[in-house]
Amino acid sequence: MRQVYLDHQSATPLLPEALDAMRPFLTEAFGNPSSLHQLGLRAREAMHHARVQIAALLNAESPEDIFFTSDGQESANLAVKGVAYANQRKGHHIVCSETEHPAVLNSIEFLEKQGFTCTKVKVDRQGFVNPDEVRAVITDQTILVAVHHVNHDIGAIEPVKAIGRIAAERGVPFYVDAEASAGWLPIDVQAFGANLLSFSPHKLYGPKGVGVLYRNKKARLVSILHGGVQEGGRRAGIENVPAIVGAGVAAELALRDMPQRIAHTARLQRKLWEQLQARVPYLQLNGPEPGPHRISTNLNISTEFIEGEGQLLRCDVHGIAVASGSSCVSKSLKISHVLAAIGLNHALAQGNLIMSLGKDNTDEDIDYVVETFAEKVVAPLRAMSPMWDEFERGLIDSAIHPRGQGKSFAAHAATISGKH
Amino acid sequence: MSDNYTLYNQTVMDHFLNPRNLGDLKDADGVGEVGAAACGDIMKISLKIEDGKIKDARFKTFGCGSAIASSSMATELIKGRSIEEAMSFSNQEVVSALGGLPPVKIHCSVLAEEALKAALEDYLKKHPEMAARVQPKAEAPPA
Ligand code: FES
Repeated sequence: MRQVYLDHQSATPLLPEALDAMRPFLTEAFGNPSSLHQLGLRAREAMHHARVQIAALLNAESPEDIFFTSDGQESANLAVKGVAYANQRKGHHIVCSETEHPAVLNSIEFLEKQGFTCTKVKVDRQGFVNPDEVRAVITDQTILVAVHHVNHDIGAIEPVKAIGRIAAERGVPFYVDAEASAGWLPIDVQAFGANLLSFSPHKLYGPKGVGVLYRNKKARLVSILHGGVQEGGRRAGIENVPAIVGAGVAAELALRDMPQRIAHTARLQRKLWEQLQARVPYLQLNGPEPGPHRISTNLNISTEFIEGEGQLLRCDVHGIAVASGSSCVSKSLKISHVLAAIGLNHALAQGNLIMSLGKDNTDEDIDYVVETFAEKVVAPLRAMSPMWDEFERGLIDSAIHPRGQGKSFAAHAATISGKH
Repeated sequence: MSDNYTLYNQTVMDHFLNPRNLGDLKDADGVGEVGAAACGDIMKISLKIEDGKIKDARFKTFGCGSAIASSSMATELIKGRSIEEAMSFSNQEVVSALGGLPPVKIHCSVLAEEALKAALEDYLKKHPEMAARVQPKAEAPPA
């Protein structure tokens, strides 16, 4: 059976070049980079080289502005809490978008319990933040503006340059979560006006267990992990040297191969979306159309009248790895907060599936996915769905292509669950 | 190490991938359709009842893997039972017959119990003579 991996936004395979570079640091070069002998100095030197490679990917002013953590989410915690604590004498107000990753939203929520306040800027139906709305909510008390480069669920590319200019005008540090874009879109922290930017190398063919935080001197930042003076005193704890070395190689190759990776995934993304539409009726794309405003790796779709976990499981049985933002998939039984923010109705959010492409996917993969999805996933699940049946009998209507016949799914669901 | 990992156990996966009693009964004597308040799923069970016994059962489900497996298993379990027996059917029976469900998925089996009871209620509404016979039990206070 063909195996098709379409979950590159969760993790990517490690590059052989990265593994080769890491190997000595898992074996003979085991020194602690804080040690002052040969083994320690070798590890320190290797980390410096990785900082240079990563600074190049981000167009950072200096490799000294690159900090290593355990993961992109830790980087987000450090960016949000570290800037908030460092600036709490100046003010307590944070501005972010409502579709940020939970690492950002939940860090802010934690701070709110300690007296910080937050204004969440709304997004439009495609998931875009309006820079003017950011401008309107910044106050004299604002100490941080946090807006992600690309949304992890729906692939919307945010106007970070415009937002960066506004933050700079008001003298407020600007943090960009680049988890979904690093390695897949050009990043220029100077052009973005970003004072902080974070990502996880395991999303660009590097290893897990390492996160990157870029921070320039204009943003004051205090540590949230205390102990030794690692990472310039910004993060206590021994650095994961092998992973950092691998991250450096992955960043270097991402920069070198970026034009080809973008062109390849963009072509497959278009093909996948066009063919899915042709094969599966009552299908909707969430987020912007493939093109300049959507990252080339992400396709987020809703298939009407069936639920997402069932789709995911059936895909998996046929060798296709995907993700879903359905309420049944989440541990909290809530639909993805991003899908809610763009105003997707509950039933469509439940039928959600996220396919994320990578550099090694092929045309044959796409053909297989389209055929399998139509025949082995959607067809049997619709045959099981009372909603599909009631739609076919004209009792309920489609939200995607309304026929003007029958009541809405939402109204129907409300009636039958009303008695509970 | 296994080379096949599953989110659910093999019994659940089997009922999800090869559901038993899928569909509608054309001349159903009772039909129940319920929605889950928690995640928004919908389940429909139709019953064929003869001589106070469940002769046949079918289901349709819009929901997750364990919701589909639960409705498949529930319809298997209740076939052949008397109305009185079916009235006291519990989701726990579905869970154990399936060999367990993850804690966050127990509510999916509750939906199967509710769909079955809604179908029985529908039948009893149309057959007051039967309702009179089973009512004392049906109205017994919940344990
Ligand atoms: S039906 Fe939604 S979690 Fe099972």
